[in-house]
Amino acid sequence: MDLARRFDVTPSAMAPPDEERHPAPAGKRRKSRAGLAFIAPFGALFALVFIVPILYAAYLSLFQDKLVGGTTFVGFANYGKLFRDPQFWDGVGRVVRFTLVQVPIMLFFSMALALALDSMRVHGTRFMRATIFLPYAVPAIVSTLMWGFLLGVKYGLFGSLNRALGTDIDPFAPGTTLISIGLMVTWAFTGFNMLIFYAALKAVPRELYEAAAIDGANEFQVVRAIKLPALRGSLVVTIIFSIIGTFQMFNEPQILPTMVAGSGVTTFYTPNLYAYNLAFTGSQQGYAAALALVMAAITIAVAYAVQIRGLRNASHQ
Amino acid sequence: MRPISSPRAEAGNSSGAPIRRPGRGRRLHTVDNPRKSTTLTVMTALFTLYCLLPLVWLVINATKSQADFVSSFGLAPGREFALWDNIVEVFRYQDGIFSRWLLNTLLYVVVGATVSTFLAALGGYALAKLDFTGKRVFLFVVLGSISVPGIALAIPQFLLFAHLGLTNTPWAILIPSFINPFGLYLMWVFTAEAVPTGLLEAAKIDGAGEFRTFLRIALPMLAPAGVTVLLFSFVSIWNNYFLPLIMLKDPAWYPLTVGINQWNKLGSSAGNGALVQNLVITSALLTIVPLIVAFLSLQRYWQSGLSLGAIKG
Repeated sequence: MDLARRFDVTPSAMAPPDEERHPAPAGKRRKSRAGLAFIAPFGALFALVFIVPILYAAYLSLFQDKLVGGTTFVGFANYGKLFRDPQFWDGVGRVVRFTLVQVPIMLFFSMALALALDSMRVHGTRFMRATIFLPYAVPAIVSTLMWGFLLGVKYGLFGSLNRALGTDIDPFAPGTTLISIGLMVTWAFTGFNMLIFYAALKAVPRELYEAAAIDGANEFQVVRAIKLPALRGSLVVTIIFSIIGTFQMFNEPQILPTMVAGSGVTTFYTPNLYAYNLAFTGSQQGYAAALALVMAAITIAVAYAVQIRGLRNASHQ
Repeated sequence: MRPISSPRAEAGNSSGAPIRRPGRGRRLHTVDNPRKSTTLTVMTALFTLYCLLPLVWLVINATKSQADFVSSFGLAPGREFALWDNIVEVFRYQDGIFSRWLLNTLLYVVVGATVSTFLAALGGYALAKLDFTGKRVFLFVVLGSISVPGIALAIPQFLLFAHLGLTNTPWAILIPSFINPFGLYLMWVFTAEAVPTGLLEAAKIDGAGEFRTFLRIALPMLAPAGVTVLLFSFVSIWNNYFLPLIMLKDPAWYPLTVGINQWNKLGSSAGNGALVQNLVITSALLTIVPLIVAFLSLQRYWQSGLSLGAIKG
């Protein structure tokens, strides 16, 4: 309680002189100062962890490390170089293609599973709900290890399959690695998205279902008229988070080459992997910073486009 | 809160034949207890199998010696049951550094998740129920930061922290983990939906200060959302791989994720290290067991309060 009192913000103690002359309603003034006090710890750390590093990255992106002459100011040359860099665009193209295929498949499964589990027509609902969400709790390093061993032809099931049938299927051949990564990412995040949908379905008032039952609506009518509209907001959120996640792909392609040879994973397989390799093995920090910022700008632009579209569609309802 | 059928009742149902006659079974089929569907159950079970398969593989292969791992079929047990030997060896290998990694991970997770959840609750409450200058800009920036790629931050964070002398210390992992923009977003949404403004006003009219109102009225109502945010923080800090990879040079401060990958690389790097895949697999299993236990025990609290309707009611 003492602690609570100490943190209390009383109107008289902290009123700025400006507001004294033009008094706002007392309640509103108190709210405003309390609001600042509540947000301050988060805000200060946020600045240290997010704002300052981003400004620093912007500053670094204006310099180049050269073998002769050390670090020199080059203006926007890094950005110009980046836009003409085929390795960067190769990575961007790969994550965009990955997103266009993997995200719709994953979200379809997430939504279908949430609807199935919410319908209460599935045996063992609690067990399956927990199990499907479980992969989300598995670190990417462990999931990549498991799937890398499991799908690999050296120790894994496909190796056994190939030896038994005399086939030559390799999930980590250059042409199929991306599909295998899709299998890993879908495995890890379907349950997470399912849970967002599931929570939204749980928020639907029970009376709506009872009213629908009294009106004689069948299961599909209930899904179409009540449940799917209730999922619209969550769908926008899950699409945004999924796009952000796949655009940032790093762990799987970074760990895979230590597990399987000839997987076709290059040092520029995804933009993030390229940035990491540029910064930590190529010591081109300025160029890596420019890449990271451009990738962040692309991701934010896509996320906001999805959000604006989602909101516009919602307001048409 | 809506009644959830007990596991025992579900188990009883699934063991027998599905009840085919509507309204004539022993249990009445209502809106809250509809007839179970075999088709839906089978389809959901198939996906559940996909989710379980790698974990089953991990458990089976953690019981194999290195020789058995290389020679035997992935989903069949090896010639000898070596789980106990593997566990002992994991804790012995490289002078028992695994237990150090485990303690480091616990430190990062417990401190990081607790602080970040409290900061998210405090901030989410301010966003939902209080006004302050620059609220719209703050929201725009923080929500925008969710879409900033981790690498865009990690490299500059590393350089900044190196300048501050924080790299190669636990603070390099802890400070970034205190900030969870997604947690703040969740807390903001939950507070707006679940905490009635009238109740807060009433507390303030009764003379409670802002912080006391938050602590005594809002925080208990936010507990279910708090557990959710705690869970997400817990998982994301436990799973964090990239940040410790670049921030820490001294293996004595490594968390489990980076440590395991170091063991994994031993065999593949230029062939001069011994292959210790049995240890990699067993340590991976040991890494996820506490996580799964914590996850399932937290989930019990959190399932009951998941629906916003339940909180409101």
